[in-house]
Amino acid sequence: MDPLLEVRNLKVQFTTLEGMVHAVNGVSFQLEKGKTLGIVGESGCGKSVTMLSVMRLIKEPPGRITEGEVLFQEQDLLKLAKSSMHEIRGAKIAMIFQDPMTSLNPVLTIGHQISEALVVHWGIGKEEAFKKTLELLEMVGIPQTKERYKDYPHQFSGGMRQRVMIAMGLSCKPEILIADEPTTALDVTIQAQIVELTKKLQSQFGMAVIWITHDLGVAAEIADKMIVMYAGFVVEEADVYEIYENPRHPYTLALLKSLPRVDRKKHDRLANIQGSPPDCIQMPPGCPFRPRCGFGVERCEHENPGLMPVAKGHKMACWVDVTTGRPQ
Amino acid sequence: MAIPIPENHPAAIARIEKTQLTFLQLVWLRFKRHKMALAGIISLILLAFFAIVGTAFTTEAYSNVTDTSIRLMPPSQEHPFGTDTVGRDILSRTIYGGQISLMIGLVAMAVEVVVGVLIGAIAGYYGGIIDSLLMRFTEAMFNIPQIPLLLVLGKLLADKVPPLNLFGREFSGSVVVIIAVIGLTSWMGLARIVRANFLSLKEREFVTAALCIGTRNGPIIFGHILPNTMAPIIVSATLGVANAIINEAYVSFLGVGVMPPTATWGNMLNGAYQYIESAPWLWIFPGLLIVLTVLSINFIGDGLRDALDPHSLVGSE
Amino acid sequence: MGRYIVRRLLQAIPLLLIISIAIFLLLQSSGDPLATMGGRRTVRPEDRARLARQLGLDKPVYMQYFYWLAGNDWVKLDINGDGISETTGTRKGVLRGDFGTSLVSRGKSALSLIGERLPNTLILMIPAEIIMLFCALSIGIYSALRQYTWVDQVVTTGSFIGYSMPIFFIALASMYLFAVNFRKWGLPYLPTVGMFDPKVGKTFGQVMLHMVLPIFSMSVVSVSAYSRYVRSQMLEVNNQDYIRTAHAKGLTERQVLIGHALKNAAIPIVTLVGIEIPFLLGGAVVTETIFGWPGMGRLFIDHLTRSDTPVVMGILMLISVAVVVCQLITDIVYAWLDPRIRYS
Repeated sequence: MDPLLEVRNLKVQFTTLEGMVHAVNGVSFQLEKGKTLGIVGESGCGKSVTMLSVMRLIKEPPGRITEGEVLFQEQDLLKLAKSSMHEIRGAKIAMIFQDPMTSLNPVLTIGHQISEALVVHWGIGKEEAFKKTLELLEMVGIPQTKERYKDYPHQFSGGMRQRVMIAMGLSCKPEILIADEPTTALDVTIQAQIVELTKKLQSQFGMAVIWITHDLGVAAEIADKMIVMYAGFVVEEADVYEIYENPRHPYTLALLKSLPRVDRKKHDRLANIQGSPPDCIQMPPGCPFRPRCGFGVERCEHENPGLMPVAKGHKMACWVDVTTGRPQ
Repeated sequence: MAIPIPENHPAAIARIEKTQLTFLQLVWLRFKRHKMALAGIISLILLAFFAIVGTAFTTEAYSNVTDTSIRLMPPSQEHPFGTDTVGRDILSRTIYGGQISLMIGLVAMAVEVVVGVLIGAIAGYYGGIIDSLLMRFTEAMFNIPQIPLLLVLGKLLADKVPPLNLFGREFSGSVVVIIAVIGLTSWMGLARIVRANFLSLKEREFVTAALCIGTRNGPIIFGHILPNTMAPIIVSATLGVANAIINEAYVSFLGVGVMPPTATWGNMLNGAYQYIESAPWLWIFPGLLIVLTVLSINFIGDGLRDALDPHSLVGSE
Repeated sequence: MGRYIVRRLLQAIPLLLIISIAIFLLLQSSGDPLATMGGRRTVRPEDRARLARQLGLDKPVYMQYFYWLAGNDWVKLDINGDGISETTGTRKGVLRGDFGTSLVSRGKSALSLIGERLPNTLILMIPAEIIMLFCALSIGIYSALRQYTWVDQVVTTGSFIGYSMPIFFIALASMYLFAVNFRKWGLPYLPTVGMFDPKVGKTFGQVMLHMVLPIFSMSVVSVSAYSRYVRSQMLEVNNQDYIRTAHAKGLTERQVLIGHALKNAAIPIVTLVGIEIPFLLGGAVVTETIFGWPGMGRLFIDHLTRSDTPVVMGILMLISVAVVVCQLITDIVYAWLDPRIRYS
């Protein structure tokens, strides 16, 4: 079956004082209808930029999409006219963001902000939009919908605001919901609630979800498939169980090893990954993870491994077989 | 168990050796982007050159020599900028006047910065009732419109200060008056900014740390907090010079600023609007000089503001 | 919100008091009004003493301030120096609008002089403010939306130059160009002096014509300054996360601008405008002088140079009160517009 969304070889750059930042370097992935894709990676690895580029929300100077295709419903979104993107955003593909306090307009009521999308995309009248908004508020678990419709963002707690964002994102029943670290700014108990809510609504609406996070725990809970990003590259892609049980890229390995675990011995030290995040201005030739990798061989210095299939539905970008420590 | 880095890996070494740009380097890089700010620096240097080196070609006495037989003469070889209503050579007056105007600008700015920073720092650091009192006072001063206040103070104090003798030249006492008056009415904006910065900076941990080891308030204010709030002070000071020059010009133009015979660019314009048709050189030269000076300073100040702003570490505007 | 209003009101009163004290003290030391009162003849000591008592100058400073504020027509003064207070004073005090009699224009009260000139200033300033606001908003918003294009560059540089110019230079230059030189070149030219041509009379057309150059001069500076502020506010708002959210919802540029951006940018802009308004009354001194416009600015400088204390004090107080009141109104409007303050 054709994937719902397919990103092919996406490349995005930013012009800065210190040089040209290569934020996204040939990212490709597919999203199936109704499934959840988790995108995992450290801060600055390009995961947000990738999805913002899909939505064409990158500011053109200083940013630039230099290559790639984003195929959705038989169209390349990158080649669409700007006016056509308006019809897709919010209606077919919706995106919610990390910090709900700054992502909601402080001088408009939340009710207005939710019903706005309905009015713009479905052309329905205010009365009907009002009713639908109340339904949405109830669906995301906000009580006293009639009163809270007229409230402003600052009158809600963090978790409630994120629910409002979700309601806003889902208002037009999009086919894809992109969630950019929606729980990072919330505390753990609220986090769990939001994840639950998203899963429930996903099955209710039958939509596909792309969930960006740097928290492996959250990703495990919600994703069906996962991709791991590093320095603007995808370094591993697999089913969620496969990734946690059979990680094949050194970076994924390292990430998993660095997770604090309940079943470890008391005096075990927390593992970390030596070195610092990559410099995306002067990218070394060869594998971007090489400077921090414990498995490297000669080849890694000169050639950047692309994604290679290593098992069914499991791809990774490494010259070395981490299970044996020897080159493939 | 840490994943070891291969020690001699060139990328690893390169990463460590490559220094991030230092703060000053970044500031200079950002400043350089502003072509106009660079132009401002060049033009300001030229103007200062004009005002200072010009004195080698003409004396102050000459600039004050009146000769009504040659009054209101258009620019000529002998008087490249023409003569004014009492026959004085305008070129030499603009040179000496320039010195006074620039000096007034700089010194008034110094007064303004000192007062503004002191009041802002004390109010912000000590807080409480000191803060309330100082801020009420600042607000009250803020609410009196500056130009009428300048005019009143200028008129008031004009003859209260005797002429000064400095560097072998005689200045009308009104120069001191104007400097004091402009400085004392321009500090409010800076005080507010400094206070706001102090209020937030004093909560930071480096202040707590300094207090813990017994540092007294004075050194904390001036040695710790103040250096962290230099950026707005520098920008404010730069723009303050321009404002002082303009204010002096306004006040002298209306006749209550610096009194003749001491020339300033501003008082050379006094009454020039009556001769606008017959003798435009009366106001064009000093006027243009004021405009060029203020423009240059403003460009520099603007460039500085962008260059020093810690919030824009990436190159987008 | 109600408490906020009350608090601001209560803050405004001591502020006004402090300002009045400051102004009063300032002008107290401004020279000897008695010297000018007697005209050109030298004043005899007895007359001088009588005048002093009449003006209340024999009383200590704080009493003088008090009488200045509240008037002395409710107390008896001792005018003839015999130690017995018998005559009631004649002043009603500032609180009732009496700023004293002008020392220059004999017989006229300061208030009436101000009253004559105030309408002229308003006639000039109100249209000026409207034009300047409209231009500044359009230019600022347009420029912010077209950031990085050449239009934005031109506007930014132009407005920078514009607001660095002292008003008198622009006034003189525009006079030189549009009045003097246009006349020389045989083109229709603009008048430069006064409010109307005395030969034609104070007609609407005349006043309009005479307003052009002054408004133009003031506008160059103000529009430059305001539009820079508007532009920077718009840019700041445009970089906010909620604007990104609005785009992500699929709203068009226009919908985002009007429905989201402007609503947020309006708040600080309104604040700025509110604070600027009273300064119009005072800041026009230079413009009115150059163009000979018979307004309050001219009145101020004319009477200041002739040490007419009552009139000068009156104008200063008036402007300061206007500033405080406008600031109060602006704060209230701001609190009302921003829901974070209104509902907290």
